[in-house]
Parts: sequence; C-alpha cells; structure tokens
Amino acid sequence: MASSANLYALVGVVLFALGIYALILHAHLMRKILAINVMGSGVFLVLVALAVKGQGIPPDPIPHAMVITGIVVAISATALALALMLRLQLESGRDSLP
Amino acid sequence: MTDNHDTPGALRLPLVLLLSALTAWLGFTVLGLGPAPGDIVKLVGTNLDASGVSNPVTAVLLNFRGYDTLLEMAVLLLALIGVWSLGETPLRWEAAEGTVLMHLPRLLVPVLTMAAGYLLWNGAHAPGGAFQAGSVLGAAGVLLLLSSGDLAARIMGLPLRVLLVTGLGLFVIAGLGMLTGGNQFLEYPLPLAASMILIIEATATLSIAATLAALFLGGRPGG
Repeated sequence: MASSANLYALVGVVLFALGIYALILHAHLMRKILAINVMGSGVFLVLVALAVKGQGIPPDPIPHAMVITGIVVAISATALALALMLRLQLESGRDSLP
Repeated sequence: MTDNHDTPGALRLPLVLLLSALTAWLGFTVLGLGPAPGDIVKLVGTNLDASGVSNPVTAVLLNFRGYDTLLEMAVLLLALIGVWSLGETPLRWEAAEGTVLMHLPRLLVPVLTMAAGYLLWNGAHAPGGAFQAGSVLGAAGVLLLLSSGDLAARIMGLPLRVLLVTGLGLFVIAGLGMLTGGNQFLEYPLPLAASMILIIEATATLSIAATLAALFLGGRPGG
C-alpha cells in the first residue's frame, strides 16, 4: 500500500472515532444523524484507501463498488432518519430521544 | 436546539481516552491488513472481457456483483416507502422568492441533465455510472422542486410512482429473463451484456434520480 493511501486510511479511522464521539455526546437527533454520517464517511475513506495497490497498479474495483453502494444507502438512510426526526418533533415537540 | 441534557463534562475525558485507544487499535489494524485473499483484483481483470464493459467498477457493480446493486435499488425504494409511510410532506411549497432561484434552474438543469447523460454513458469504460448520473439528475430535480412551488403537486401522481419502481422492476425482469435462456439469475451472456447493462443503468438512473428528489420532500407528496 502506498504511503499516501496509508494516510487517507488513518484519516478515515480518525473520522470514524470523531463520529462516535459526537454520537455519544450529543442528545440532539440532528447531531446524531450528522455524527453517523461522519462515521460512514470515515469508513468509505478507509475502503477507498485500502483499494490502492501501489503506483501504476490499477486500484481494487470491489471496494470502490462497495463505496458507491454504501454512499447511496447512507443517503437514503439519512433521509429516512431525518423524516423520522421531523415526525417525532411534530408529534411530541422533542428534538431528542427520552 | 436544547443541548442541556447532553452527556455531562465528567464523562468526556474517559470517552476521549476510550476513543483514542479505539483509534489507535483500528489504525494499527487497518495498516496491518494484507492484500485481498485470492488476488481478487486479478480475478476481476481476467474476467473483464466477459462483462460487456471495460470499467472494472461498473463490471463489479452491474455484472459480477449484480445482486448488491439490485438489493441497493430495493433499499432506496424501501427508504422512500418508509418516509412516505410517516405521513404527508411537512413542507408547504410556495412560489420561489428571489431572482437566484428564478434563474438558476434554467441555467443549471440542462447542464446537469447533460452531465448525467455523460456520466451514464461514460460508466461503461471510465469512472461514472448509474449512481453518479442518478445523483446529478436527482440534484437537478431538487433544484426544480425548490424553484417551482406547484411542480411537486403536478408530477406526484401515478407517473412518479411508475418512475420510482421502473429501475428495480426492469432490473428484476432482466435478471429473470436470463433464466429463460439457460443462464443464472442476473447472468448476462456476452453478446447481450453491454446493451443489457446500459438499459438497466439508464432506467436505474431515472429511478434513482426520482427517488432522491422524492426523498427530499420528506414525506408523501399530498395530491
């Protein structure tokens, strides 16, 4: 694995941990949804970085395909989570879980 | 925005310590990962000629691991059904205010549509494909929804619902159709593969774009 790819993979791991931090610390559902998205972006970054096989060698296409799949699933899951959050707020006036 | 019932400050330090340990462990693991078993990259490379496309990512998405993409289309549709089941869209669409939203869509929507077509066509041999094209087209749809207040009401009948399920429906029909020719589910024989993938991707692009734009409404559009 190339050294710059190592750096990207490590940044992905750090993003993942930052996401967990925000997910645990903040009660507001909007922040939790954003935190889960940051965690997901970290995982995608790790996958893309791991696909790099070195200078001049084409990258592994399977992690790339998985990331494309994952991004779309993450978008739709985020939309569903936001709709649930809006509904909760409409019904109970709360912006966080009890 | 009430943040007063967030985790108390005393818990933050242990959390930071725990997560630092997790980061170090995960980083160590990620850096220590060896090459993929069985040299899967070479496997894709040697079978690329049989896939009908020359872009390995598209070959993996639409041919070698077609199940993933098929089920992903189902996930998109399920998410939209989930959003719609929560009730009607909470937003009331009013006529766009301001000149930016009046004129920007007229400039951008044609460009975005063309970019989506380019990405879709390009996906066969270079980075691009149905999901990228669908996202760009979906963004054009969101822009249109933002700028024209009654668009949501006008197109949200049966046509939208047909558009939403066409991508998944055609994918399943194409996969099942292969069974009649003696192939496996979603196994495209070589002379057909390129055109099959293009047709599936084109309808998937439209469905993905419609789904993303409909998700943006945050609820079932009121007729």
